Amino acid sequence: MANITLRVNGKAHTVDVEPSTPLLYVLRNDLDLSGPRFGCGLGQCGACTVLLKGEAVRSCIRPVSAVGNDEITTLEGLAQNGKLHPIQQAWIDEQVPQCGFCQNGQILTAKALLDKTPNPTDAQIRQGMNGTLCRCMTYYRINAAIKRAAKVMA
Amino acid sequence: MNRRDFVKTTGALVVGLAANDSLFARLAQSPGPYPDLDFLQLDSWIVIRADNTATFFVGKTDLGQGTGTAFRQIMSDELDIAFDKTSCVMGSTHNTVDQGGSGGSDALQTDGYPMRRVAAEARRVLLEMAAKQLGVPVSHLAVSDGVVSVTEDNTTGVGSLTYGDLIGGRQFNVTLSGKNTDTTTGIAKLKPVQEMKNVGKSPQRHDIPGKVDGTVKWAVDMTAPGMVHARNVKPPVAGATLVSINEASIRNIPGLVKVVSKGNYVAVVFEREENAIRAARQLKVEWKKPATAPFPSSENLFTYMRTATPSSTGKPVETGNVDAALANASTVIEAEYDVPFQGHTSIGPAHAMADPSNGQMTIYTNDMKSYGMRNGVAQFLGMPRDQVRVIWMDGPQGYGRTAADDAGFEAAYLAKEIGRPVKVQWSRAEETAWDTKGPAYAVKMRGGLDAQGNVVALHYDACAADHNHLGYNEHETVLISQLMGTRKSPVSQGRASLPSDMYAIANRKSTTRVVPLPMPFETPLRTGNLRDPDGPQVQFALESFIDELAHKAKADPVEFRLRMLQASTQDDSGFKRARSIACIKAAAEKFGWDPRPSPRGDKPSGLSGDILTGRGIAYAYRSQTVVATIVEVEVNKQTGRIWAKRIVVAHDCGLVINPEALVRVVEAGALYGLSRALHEEVKFDAEKVTSVDWVTHPTLRHEDTPERIDVVIVNGDPNPNRPDLQHYGAGETMVKPMLAAVANAVFDATGVRMRRVPFATRGSLRR
Repeated sequence: MANITLRVNGKAHTVDVEPSTPLLYVLRNDLDLSGPRFGCGLGQCGACTVLLKGEAVRSCIRPVSAVGNDEITTLEGLAQNGKLHPIQQAWIDEQVPQCGFCQNGQILTAKALLDKTPNPTDAQIRQGMNGTLCRCMTYYRINAAIKRAAKVMA
Repeated sequence: MNRRDFVKTTGALVVGLAANDSLFARLAQSPGPYPDLDFLQLDSWIVIRADNTATFFVGKTDLGQGTGTAFRQIMSDELDIAFDKTSCVMGSTHNTVDQGGSGGSDALQTDGYPMRRVAAEARRVLLEMAAKQLGVPVSHLAVSDGVVSVTEDNTTGVGSLTYGDLIGGRQFNVTLSGKNTDTTTGIAKLKPVQEMKNVGKSPQRHDIPGKVDGTVKWAVDMTAPGMVHARNVKPPVAGATLVSINEASIRNIPGLVKVVSKGNYVAVVFEREENAIRAARQLKVEWKKPATAPFPSSENLFTYMRTATPSSTGKPVETGNVDAALANASTVIEAEYDVPFQGHTSIGPAHAMADPSNGQMTIYTNDMKSYGMRNGVAQFLGMPRDQVRVIWMDGPQGYGRTAADDAGFEAAYLAKEIGRPVKVQWSRAEETAWDTKGPAYAVKMRGGLDAQGNVVALHYDACAADHNHLGYNEHETVLISQLMGTRKSPVSQGRASLPSDMYAIANRKSTTRVVPLPMPFETPLRTGNLRDPDGPQVQFALESFIDELAHKAKADPVEFRLRMLQASTQDDSGFKRARSIACIKAAAEKFGWDPRPSPRGDKPSGLSGDILTGRGIAYAYRSQTVVATIVEVEVNKQTGRIWAKRIVVAHDCGLVINPEALVRVVEAGALYGLSRALHEEVKFDAEKVTSVDWVTHPTLRHEDTPERIDVVIVNGDPNPNRPDLQHYGAGETMVKPMLAAVANAVFDATGVRMRRVPFATRGSLRR
């Protein structure tokens, strides 16, 4: 066990865990953040996605010791001053989710995509989002929501 | 758990709940036991508060298709209260009537009616109360948005009372009638659908904001003081017997609570989750392999199925004389169609948390059939039913997986063993390998055409690997129970289902049989209900073969289908024949269908050298809901890649409660069918399932997303404005025709017939 300090959604937290513990379990079980979710534990599906320095990363395969002092943003940290992020709003406006379990990863992956590519084409959305799986198959509406968010954010 | 926690954790929309809300308090806060709610009491269904808000208690579960929002729409209409003053609580056994949870897309089709009737009855009772208080007859009263006012003598607005004034915080104490929950009713009549204000509008789903801002508490998020984490250790090969467990092999991992084993069920329980995961991998367990192979390999599955001795045979269904008609037909063709086992492979593996506090057992779960789980767990643990409570919460895509919800039983068993709250979480490999499977089908079709190209005979001969099909959370059929040695006897026979179409064909025969795999118990190839349990398999064979017959007849596939539907004028009570015709016509019109036979045979200009394009249609019904789907594909003949570029779904489920939510469900459901058509297959060698993750069990991805999906909402009822237009289910039918629609489009593009699902991994398109 070791004391590890994480910066999550603008706050510092110190936890006493094995350094090899995947970030996902620290966020969920020690910091009570339920945005990131367990889907595969293999980095294959994206349900556990968080933003690390703005990059979408898979928290299920990232040891907590490898995070360092870098700012982590979870789904809970996307809204600012009580106002939803335009991507979240677009998700509501398009009524994207079915079960919604994967949408944490979809939203945060879309955030990283739009930060790099503010006005993506269909092909760029397909490519940028391809590793984030949805078993309800809401892909068509996710595509529409990303384009809607891009317009609002432009 | 205190009331505030309850409200928070169930995500129940009980904003504005009055502290003195005695009924709700009784329902929500009791430390147990938890007797059944009386479905013949109006108070079991509806609570109205002093602030003129209402909460509806619905014994169904919403798997993310918006049924909760739809219940609020139909019930607020019948009650005459503003939609945004309503909320609903769903699916928890201690505070909602047992309406069976979800299954068969029956929430609105079946349970919508008692819900409308109890809301209408509440309105009737409230109007009588108002009449008494205002001193006028009920006929002189009008109600709008929960405000009752006098309409006669120009006194409108003078004497008015809200529902909150009339009953807020108190109980109705009104007895209903009915033999069961489905027939529950009061005296009041339902409104004509034309008078329903919220029905047909598209209020946003109330569950979505919490799912995009991270505030919803999912079943998997539930914790309790002292909770520990469990992981299962599954047999490495199917049918293996536990010999010994070497607990010393995990001694270096801190926080061990217990290694639990009984029969072939093994679990490790730890204080911290990551340590449970590590221990489940590290624990040394000696297993003895079974003497004989539990199943054939997936490579040999269909050969095995076609030659195996059936465990049961369906009663043949025949009209006319198929063999005689085939003997006289101008053209006779036959073809075989194979659909492998396909898994649920939920995005979130099975999970549940069980809390043994207060001598009760409370299970927090996304189980779609929470009431069944309550009964099953009570029997499994030998506890009185009223000491078991199942609290339904949001969870990952169910679509049948949680009708046999292993994790809830495991959590309850472990919680009882350990005496502390236990969370069980399956691994990805465990879920993909060991979840319930949709049955594999091997179908043979025979058909004959006369000289004019009319279908004169059709023989559907189906074999399903569906022996020992799982029940609904029956304590003897869940996996933990099987692993502990329970053998239900007799086992469920399973079934091979019949096609669903309204084609008029003079000579028609259906023969069906079920074959068992060698090992019926403790198997990862246990069949359960996968979204429209076997409709996609069956309709793949039927609607592909109809396309093959159209090809032989050199007929346009749309015209060919319409000809068979229009060959009769007889219809059933739900007008499915008329609605089938309407859907096919609507799909063709929206698509811009250009009548011609398949295959296309030429190449449109403007496409690159390797791309071929084509379109296909297929149609189906499930229960009363009718769907016709047209898919346009692009096929790359170098890579074999199939892209469904455009999809049109014409959908008739009768009265539509929430059009926007319906369109979303249909879009996603069609793509789910596309995933099963293109990618999904459970693979196994002769001792274990080898599909264990998203590489070995591919799924549809963003790259497969069509350029455009059009959902056409059809009302093909001959009397579309009937005041009692029925609302039918919409959760599954769109999956059903999708496999054949894609196969038919690939044939149109390439002239190659897809007779084995899934298509994307087959090499035959590379030329």
